[in-house]
Amino acid sequence: MPLSDIWFILIAVLFIGFIFLEGFDFGVGMSTKFLARNDLEKRIVMNTIGPVWDANEVWLITAGGAMFAAFPHWYATAFSGFYLPFVVLLLAFIIRGVAFEFRNKVDSKAWVKTWDWAVFIGSILPPILFGVFFTSLIRGLPIDADMNMYASFTDFVNVYTVIGGVTFVLLSYLHGLLFIGLKTVDELRERANAAARKVYALSGVFLVLFIIFTYLDTDAFTDHGTILIPLYSLALVLYGLLFFFLKTKREGLSFTMTGLVLIMIMASIFIALFPNVMISSMDPAFNMSIAEAASGDYSLKIMTIVAFTMVPIVLAYTIWSYYVFRKRLTGDKEHLEY
Amino acid sequence: MEEVLLARIQFASTTLFHFIFVPLSIGLALIIAIMQTMYVVKKDEVYLKMTKFWSVFFLINFAIGVVTGIIQEFQFGMNWSAYSRFVGDIFGAPLAIEALLAFFLESTFIGIWIFGWNKLPKKLHLACIWLVSIGTVMSAFWILAANSFMQNPTGYVLQNGRAEMNDVVALLTNEKLWVAFPHTIFGSFATGAFFVVGVSAWYLIKKRQVDFFKKSLKISLVVGMLSGLGIAFTGHAQAQYLMHAQPMKMAAAEALWEDSGDPAAWTLFAKIDVEKRETTKRIDIPYMLSYLTYSEFKGKVQGMNALEQQMIDQHGEGEYLPPVKTTFWSFRIMVITGGTLLGLGALGLFLMFRKKIMESVWFLRILIVGIFLPFIGNSFGWIMSEMGRQPWVVNGLMKTADGISPNVSAGQILFSLISFSTIYTILGIIMVVLFVKFIQRGPEEQPEEDVSATDPFETGGAGHAIK
Repeated sequence: MPLSDIWFILIAVLFIGFIFLEGFDFGVGMSTKFLARNDLEKRIVMNTIGPVWDANEVWLITAGGAMFAAFPHWYATAFSGFYLPFVVLLLAFIIRGVAFEFRNKVDSKAWVKTWDWAVFIGSILPPILFGVFFTSLIRGLPIDADMNMYASFTDFVNVYTVIGGVTFVLLSYLHGLLFIGLKTVDELRERANAAARKVYALSGVFLVLFIIFTYLDTDAFTDHGTILIPLYSLALVLYGLLFFFLKTKREGLSFTMTGLVLIMIMASIFIALFPNVMISSMDPAFNMSIAEAASGDYSLKIMTIVAFTMVPIVLAYTIWSYYVFRKRLTGDKEHLEY
Repeated sequence: MEEVLLARIQFASTTLFHFIFVPLSIGLALIIAIMQTMYVVKKDEVYLKMTKFWSVFFLINFAIGVVTGIIQEFQFGMNWSAYSRFVGDIFGAPLAIEALLAFFLESTFIGIWIFGWNKLPKKLHLACIWLVSIGTVMSAFWILAANSFMQNPTGYVLQNGRAEMNDVVALLTNEKLWVAFPHTIFGSFATGAFFVVGVSAWYLIKKRQVDFFKKSLKISLVVGMLSGLGIAFTGHAQAQYLMHAQPMKMAAAEALWEDSGDPAAWTLFAKIDVEKRETTKRIDIPYMLSYLTYSEFKGKVQGMNALEQQMIDQHGEGEYLPPVKTTFWSFRIMVITGGTLLGLGALGLFLMFRKKIMESVWFLRILIVGIFLPFIGNSFGWIMSEMGRQPWVVNGLMKTADGISPNVSAGQILFSLISFSTIYTILGIIMVVLFVKFIQRGPEEQPEEDVSATDPFETGGAGHAIK
């Protein structure tokens, strides 16, 4: 397999890791508005992701860096082409990132309320934007012969990408609720699980819509139907199983199911892209293939060595960090940092 | 061309803003790690209190540093896509490695450190803050590896219409990297140190928590003094390096139009006329430039006129002068702040050693002002380094104006520029307000009692609250 293909897979893995981990992070952030009823509950909810959200975000930063290094053309085309959506995304990440730290630093209701909104907006906007970004990637964007993208509003915002955005938001929210169910006790735990059962149907509808519109609006099924059909079928089966896990209150398995569904959705996007990194809606001749977008072999070789040494180490201490904080959070204020 | 200007303003402002927080984070991480080590070794609770008190500032600062850093990574692709295509192969690699090696380490272990106080054995918990400190330093190394490529391209070959990596060892042994990295790191340690020094001085003047802040002052003065020495030596190495690798930058930093005499004098102050290409009313220190350049009191230095002619011969007609005045004055401001820091550190330790620090209120007052010096030095050092490189984005290979995204309009850049500036201004104000608040509050009430704004048991939330 050419190194560029390996890096395509690695970047897919980074985005998959990102959506699996930061997915529940975003969901937890949304829950501060939808689930928590008072300040203590908000704090408990935020503290469930306290030790890990920052590291989860690094999956995205690493994915971005890897795109820059391994596929400079992909990075350049996508990041300049998505200029305005990315500005909004960055603003969302900024206010979210400081909100956790700032929130309990001043004794003022207005202050706390402001940062609560920042957590919420900063948690709901990114999954919407990522949904739009990834769906429009496989739908195709106006990319010219010089690899530059001149997209207008409807290239970003149309039925398919909106469905993509909403699907990402709902699945993240569900994923986050189940995470809270895993990390808290008593009433909050019960309420998170109950909310998950309520959201289940709606996010299921959007999951199905996402698959239908991927079929209608993109060439994904024509090109990769043999992989996508079993993949999506499995995702739907797992989503169906989730119904029973929710009902029988198997929290660990429920959380695993939403995680797997998110992983499959993200994987399906990279499968749909293959062997391209960008699809041009102007002319298939302008599609940017993995090979065209990639760095030189030497560069890829060096980075492959670094990645294959470092990723296992990173995974090891990441898993350890989750192990350190494996216990459920009680409402004991002494142990709440945020 | 408007796009280039706007994109440059955006890059400069976001970078400078980011570079307020990063050195402070690097410096405070080290000092907090030292304090916690003292706690674990000496088992004296005051060091634990110190660790926790100073970590409040570190964490606020770290959060802003992280979020403003994400923009840095994104805007290469957003505003400078032609540049990204040209150098991604070799410039992107250190960035990706930075994320993999440093960001994961910092962010994971800072999470464990903040939330792990009662969950981990003491020594393991201490190891976490050291890993954070190491992470911040490694992060600086990799970002400077990338930046050094822009200053002094090494380890590449021009093919397929771009600069491709062909020698990773050359990339990582780039001479520029090995003068810039230690200089930046010492500057960062000094930033953290003089912050702690200045705040401690304020408390000592007020005679609040004397023992606590004397101990803080001692640790930070030692770090500050050693960093000052480090800054001076590495600064000297940096100047010598510039003279042979980026002579134009050095000539601009000296406002030297014609070749200097032998031995060359260092210009302290001067009036610069860029139009007429002359520098008048100079106050010179004889021999000094020769010494700065060659470590001996002889040798002449090339001026901008000759250097520009060389560039024209090599790269064709065009403008090759960096902004001379900015480079000249930034260099001086940087050198003066660095020298002052070293002096403050030395005098402070002297007074401490002679047990006269408490009576020297005048000096403690100066130390409070000293908080701002490293920030000024860092910013102007960065300005000199980056402005002095113009008109090149990659020295000798690509001009800044050619690196711009062709598909992004001036309006779009203006929108992002305004958005980022607004939110950065807000963040800046908040940071200052929070810092002042926590400084005034002091370690007395820190940090265990720091609870939320509203008590759910009073606001009718008791029914849903969890016991």
